Amino acid sequence: MARNTSPIVPRSSIAGRALVAVVAIMTFLASMTTGAVLLVSASAAEWQSDVASEITVQVRPAQGRDLEHDTQAVADAMRGQAGIVDVRPFTKEESDKLLEPWLGTGISFDELPVPRVIVAQVQPGAELDLAALRSRVTQVTPTASVDDHRAWIDRMRSMTGATVFAGVGILALVTIATIISVSFATRGAMAASRPIVEVLHFVGAGDRYIASRFLRHFLMLGLQGGMIGGGAAMLVFGFSESIAGWFSGTPVGDQFAALLGTFSLRPSGYLALAAQAVMIAAITAWASRRTLFATLDDIE
Amino acid sequence: MVRFENVGLRYGLGPEILRDLSFMIPAHSFQFLTGPSGAGKTSLLKLLFLSLRPTRGLVNLFGHDVSLLSKDEIANLRKRIGIVLQDFRLLDHMTTYENVALPFRVMGRDESSYRREVIDLLKWVGLGERMDALPPILSGGEKQRAAIARAVISRPHLLLADEPTGNVDPTLGRRLLRLFIELNKSGTAVVIATHDINLMDQYEARRLVLHQGRLHIYE
Repeated sequence: MARNTSPIVPRSSIAGRALVAVVAIMTFLASMTTGAVLLVSASAAEWQSDVASEITVQVRPAQGRDLEHDTQAVADAMRGQAGIVDVRPFTKEESDKLLEPWLGTGISFDELPVPRVIVAQVQPGAELDLAALRSRVTQVTPTASVDDHRAWIDRMRSMTGATVFAGVGILALVTIATIISVSFATRGAMAASRPIVEVLHFVGAGDRYIASRFLRHFLMLGLQGGMIGGGAAMLVFGFSESIAGWFSGTPVGDQFAALLGTFSLRPSGYLALAAQAVMIAAITAWASRRTLFATLDDIE
Repeated sequence: MVRFENVGLRYGLGPEILRDLSFMIPAHSFQFLTGPSGAGKTSLLKLLFLSLRPTRGLVNLFGHDVSLLSKDEIANLRKRIGIVLQDFRLLDHMTTYENVALPFRVMGRDESSYRREVIDLLKWVGLGERMDALPPILSGGEKQRAAIARAVISRPHLLLADEPTGNVDPTLGRRLLRLFIELNKSGTAVVIATHDINLMDQYEARRLVLHQGRLHIYE
């Protein structure tokens, strides 16, 4: 029967629980950041493609002109433009309805100079000649103006960019904080295990042999922390989908749904979170290895 | 096996505590290292064990100039040296058996290849009944014997012992001395640092006497 059952480095010499908690919290924060960035970028990409596939023409009423006739003429002119696949002029009732959220119901809009809106769908991937469309439309009706939502798209693009940039910044900070915490924990463990290291040196163990005994512990602790933190973040994203479902139909729920979609991460998002948890475990192992060799150099 | 040439040692900016040491320790030799307290016996043992580097002079060990050795090479050389320190340095979380078997474990040997050898040695030093005990419950003498057993188990080429009989009764002291003599007969060079005149009188051997940082050799 084997009598060598004790590990060379006792597990109790490493402040394991505290380190697992630190790595778990860091992984959770990193995963939440990554998940949020993925959600925002996916939603922003959706809005952008929706908005970019549409252009709106506004026909303003003017004295001595027939708004109904002008709207029809502009719609016909648009249909002849290459790259436009569908044109839908809003009727007077539909246009009035657009104002209801601001002015309320029960008001007669007949006296108000309500402009008419024409929405056109652009063929996906087609290069639309906006200048030609503008001149064509204004030739038909001087009071018409074309809006391709460029300002919106630009704003959205910069907002998404800023979100991703902030996310990457937070990830970098979390990674640095993880490395620092792990280095401190390793140094603490090495200080507590100094007598063991000295004895191992006495019996002829090299630094690589000693480091490997400690490293195994740290890698396991890193993996444990990564799994707990990453798993908790995945649960949060999984449950948030159900929670969003409970609120659907309420004003708050609808606002969120309009802004961020269903809150659901795609399978690739979950894969990214899992990969991130493994990466943080690897960073834990790397940081402790670096500290181990630096500390071993000081112990004769 | 070991050659010192004009070796000096000082700690930090303090005075030189070992001065102009020039001597050799031939293979298969046996010597006592003695001198008053504070003469530098432990420091000299640490120089021999490569856990201290000399401030000046040349130390040649097993044919290697130690100033040119890397940490890995030093670790490899230490596998050929056994050391017994005054404070025993046993690992408290390991049993007596595991402590004594540690050099073999570090070498990567399979336990079945050395189990018998470790058990026999433990019995020989009187620790047959204490194999599964942890060091915190061993007496001072038992710890000392376990530390000696760990130092000699791998049959080192050079054995360094710092006051190895300091904590044992005279009978056991004689028994341990016999162990060192047997080890020496089987080819190990032995250096025993001691104050114990009685111990030295029991065996005719070369004496290295440290006094005021200098070494005097009595063949």
